[in-house]
Amino acid sequence: MKDPLLKLLKSKARFSNAELAEALSLQVDAVNDQISQWEGDGTILGYQAVIDDEKAGEMGVAAFIEVKLTPERGGGFDRLAMRIARFDQVSSCYLTSGGYDLMVVVEGQGLRDVAQFVSEKLSTLDGVLSTATHFRLKAYKENGFIFETEEPEGRLPVTP
Amino acid sequence: MDYSKKISKQVAGIPRSGIRDFFELVQGRDDVISLGVGEPDFATPWHIREAAIYSLEKGFTSYTSNLGLLSLRKAISRYVDDFFKVNYSADSEILVTVGVSEAIDLALRALINPGEEVVFHTPCYVSYLPSIALAYGVPVEVPTKKEDNFALRADMLEAAITPQTRVLMLNFPTNPTGAVMPVDELEKIAQLCVKNDLIVLSDEIYCELCYGEDEHVSIATMPGMRERTILLHGFSKAFAMTGFRLGYACAPAPLIEAMMKIHQYAMLCAPMTSQAAALEALENGEAAMLEMRESYHQRRDFVVGRLNEIGIECHSPGGAFYVFPDIRKFGLSSQEFAMRLLEAEDVAAVPGDAFGQAGEGFLRCCYATSLDELKTAMDRIERFVATL
Repeated sequence: MKDPLLKLLKSKARFSNAELAEALSLQVDAVNDQISQWEGDGTILGYQAVIDDEKAGEMGVAAFIEVKLTPERGGGFDRLAMRIARFDQVSSCYLTSGGYDLMVVVEGQGLRDVAQFVSEKLSTLDGVLSTATHFRLKAYKENGFIFETEEPEGRLPVTP
Repeated sequence: MDYSKKISKQVAGIPRSGIRDFFELVQGRDDVISLGVGEPDFATPWHIREAAIYSLEKGFTSYTSNLGLLSLRKAISRYVDDFFKVNYSADSEILVTVGVSEAIDLALRALINPGEEVVFHTPCYVSYLPSIALAYGVPVEVPTKKEDNFALRADMLEAAITPQTRVLMLNFPTNPTGAVMPVDELEKIAQLCVKNDLIVLSDEIYCELCYGEDEHVSIATMPGMRERTILLHGFSKAFAMTGFRLGYACAPAPLIEAMMKIHQYAMLCAPMTSQAAALEALENGEAAMLEMRESYHQRRDFVVGRLNEIGIECHSPGGAFYVFPDIRKFGLSSQEFAMRLLEAEDVAAVPGDAFGQAGEGFLRCCYATSLDELKTAMDRIERFVATL
């Protein structure tokens, strides 16, 4: 990420515009304008907290689903991919190279939820040739954040 | 037993470090925001740590050549050529040491006969004066001034040079002031070194961390200087590798050979695990280094802006990760100011006189700490100075 403001927002999205301006030695007005512009033109799609579900006591499940599709004249995979992406259960959806076409990340309350989504919604779509579902067992890193509890011993308070 | 009679006069004559006293005061307190550290707040980039782990897994746990791994020296040679624009042979002109600290000690012991003079600029890193004294040299201080942004002035250096002067020590960017040298002044200093036949120990440990438009220039690149410069550099600051303890010296072969004579008996070689990590840093570490530099740059601008806003005069230093604000107008000594700031607001900053008398009236604040902490620290300092 080249732009320093965008980069800072990736880790400090909760900073107020005044705090962002202060951190980057920019004028608050300039930050206001820039962020409004990005929000308007879709450069910034939204803001999210990255949460450790286990610590939050959330029992939800997540699955990574490899989907093979039949491409269409004109749009390739786009129409079908967008159709899949619009389901609420889908948290991310990517077109990929390799052995399958779409990587669909699905979140639900339990195995049943996900299984039902795959069997009833996803695999019944015309153009979906096959699916392979991998359930998440444990998270180690998400959006650049490591799931870590142990703090390393800090620096000495005063050093030359 | 009266141990005082058992300790050599040379060692007994070295005063206790001012930093150590201050450290003990700070350590007893909770909730202190410390601007007193002299190292990055980043952990070593993971790919570098991973290379160290891999070398252990593979059982690379032996001694290396006294000079250091040849592969590392070759990588250093390429890096130095690329960054400093000076070429050193990996075979005979590079010595890998346990940090720049060891290299300074080796160089001084290799160069100085008892009673010969070593000139250095102050405020400076705390080890310079004791290292000169331990090598039986005579330390000669040349103070630098706030008006010159703490750069060394050639005329003041010239006045300090005597027929006994053998060595000039330089450290730009400087710990504790963050000063960088204007190239024209550095050229004049180079001419003085040639004219007076001095050897220069140039400690350029912070050279990647420069924030100005101009690139860092080493004195070794100036006419007549390569043959009389020992260029000292390492991995601690730019690659956040302080705990790895790895540095190096680049110099003409006879000088490296003399330093190596001491190193081979006193240290044998630098730790192999650290050398493996350093090799990875040189080969693949640039992106992470630039990222860290950008972050320091942002924090420097924030801290300098806030201090001046509060009414504490602070020039914007060209490099390193320290600011050196002027606190003279408050009428307190550096020690008093730092103590009272610590007691009243739990902010630790090192009194400037810990870096030599020329630092009196100033404070060293390290901004290699999180922005949140810096903000709180600046708010606390603002509250503190309002009570003075």
